Amino acid sequence: MYVIALVVVVLAVLIGDWDRIAFNFFNLEVMADMFPEVLTIAARNTLVYTLLSFAIGLVVALALALMKLSSIGPYRAFAIGYIELFRGLPALITLILIGFGIPIAFDFNMPGGRVGAGVLGLSIVAGAYMAETIRAGIEAVPRGQSEAARSLGMSSNRTMFTIVLPQAFRIIIPPLTNEMVLLIKDTSLFFVLGTTPLTKELTKFARDFMVEIRNATPLTVAALVYLAITLPLTWLVRRLEKRAAISR
Amino acid sequence: MTPAIEINDLHKYFGDLEVLKGIDFQVNEGEVVCIIGPSGSGKSTLLRCVNRLEESTSGTILIEGEDITDPDADVDALRTRIGMVFQQFNLFPHLDVVHNLTIAQTRVLKRDKGEAARIAHDVLERVGLLDKINEYPIRLSGGQQQRVAIARALAMNPDMMLFDEPTSSLDPELVGEVLDVMRQLARDGMTMMVVTHEMSFALDVADRVVFMDDGVVVEEGHPSVVLQEPKTERARRFLRMIIDK
Repeated sequence: MYVIALVVVVLAVLIGDWDRIAFNFFNLEVMADMFPEVLTIAARNTLVYTLLSFAIGLVVALALALMKLSSIGPYRAFAIGYIELFRGLPALITLILIGFGIPIAFDFNMPGGRVGAGVLGLSIVAGAYMAETIRAGIEAVPRGQSEAARSLGMSSNRTMFTIVLPQAFRIIIPPLTNEMVLLIKDTSLFFVLGTTPLTKELTKFARDFMVEIRNATPLTVAALVYLAITLPLTWLVRRLEKRAAISR
Repeated sequence: MTPAIEINDLHKYFGDLEVLKGIDFQVNEGEVVCIIGPSGSGKSTLLRCVNRLEESTSGTILIEGEDITDPDADVDALRTRIGMVFQQFNLFPHLDVVHNLTIAQTRVLKRDKGEAARIAHDVLERVGLLDKINEYPIRLSGGQQQRVAIARALAMNPDMMLFDEPTSSLDPELVGEVLDVMRQLARDGMTMMVVTHEMSFALDVADRVVFMDDGVVVEEGHPSVVLQEPKTERARRFLRMIIDK
C-alpha cells in the first residue's frame, strides 16, 4: 500500500505542472487583492449568519426536545414530524422554500430580506438536528436528579430548567459544537437566495472573485479561512470530550 | 392528634404485577419507624408513594390529614413538608454544597438569599460539614454526600423525613457517620420513616419496626420484639438470613 502511495506521489510531482498550479491556486497577487474584504465582509458574514442561525436554532431545538419528551400526544407528534421532515430534506430545499416558495405563495416579503430568509431557513434545519441532541442530553441526566428536585417541592418545569437542563447542556456541548461546525459550512448555501456585494459569505465571495479574474486562488483562500474557523472548534470539541471522559 | 402519615389500604401495581397489596399503617408525630424486609418486598415503593414519586393505584395517604393521592392535591406544597433522602444521594452535581442547600429554599419557599444561606449554614453545622460549604459534590466522600443530602432536606424545615436505604450504597466504614446524623435527628424529635437493612440502627433508634414481605405488612411492633422475638415464620427466616450474612 505504501509503495503504491509513494509511486502516485512521485508521479504527481514529476508530471504536475507546478508553475501553473502555483499561478492558479496560490497566486499571491490575487490573495493580496482579496484583502481586506475576504475578512471584513465575507468571513464576517459567514460568522454572523452561523451564530444567528445557531442561536435561533437552539431555541427551536429546545422547544422541540421538550415537546418530544412531553406527555401530551399532539406535542410529541408535532415534534417528531418536524424533526423527521427537516432532517430528511436537503437544507437547500428548505432555504428555497423559505426564501422563494413561501414569499411567492403568500405574496409577502420576508423580514430581513434575503439574509433573513437564509437565517430563518438554516435555523429551522439546525433546530431539527439539535433537537435530537438536546433530547439525548436530557435523557442522559439520571432520573434521581429530577426525583430529588421534585421531592424538594420543585414543579416539573422548574426542575427541568434549574436542575436537568443545566446538566444536560454540559453533556451535549461537544455535539452542539459539532452542529455549529456543520452550520458554518451550510451558510455557503445562502448564495441560492441571491446576494449583494455586502451580504456575500465566504463561498459566494470566493466564487465571484474567481469567475471575475479567472483564477482559482480565491477558493484556496476561502478554504483556508474556513479551516481557520472550524479547526479550532473541532480541536475544542476533542478537548471537551476528553475532559468529560475524565470527570466521569 | 392527627398522625404525620396515615396510609389506608394502599395498592400499587406495576403493569400486572401487584407490588403493594393493601398496606395500612401510620406514623405519628415524632415517631421513628423503620421498614425492613427482603428486596422486592415493596418497602421502597411504599416510601416513594408517601411523597408521590410513585403513583399508587388505590388507597389513600394522608400527610398531616391531607390526602396526597388526591388528584387535586397540591403535591409540590405537600412535598416541601416531607424531606427525602435517597440511596444514591442525588446531590445536584452542577451546584456547590451551599447552592444544593439553598436552591429549593429560594425558588420554592421564596426565602431571601440571606435567610436561605443562614439556614444552609445551620443545617450543615448540624451534619458536621460546615467546612465543605463551597465544595462541589464530586469532591466529597459518599458519607459526606449523604450527610449533605440530609442537610439539603432539613434546610426546607420539613415536618417529617423519608429515608430510602440511606446507607446501602456506602462503603462500610462510611455508614457510621450517616447513621450518627440520623440518630441525632431522631433524638431531636424528627418524624422519620426509614427503609433500611441496618438492624442495629433499627433496634437502637426505631420506636416501631415494620416487617414487609411480598407487598404486605407481615409484622409490626416494638423493635425488640420484631427484631429479636418475631412472631411470624417469615420474619424469623428473613432475620436469620440477615444475621448469617
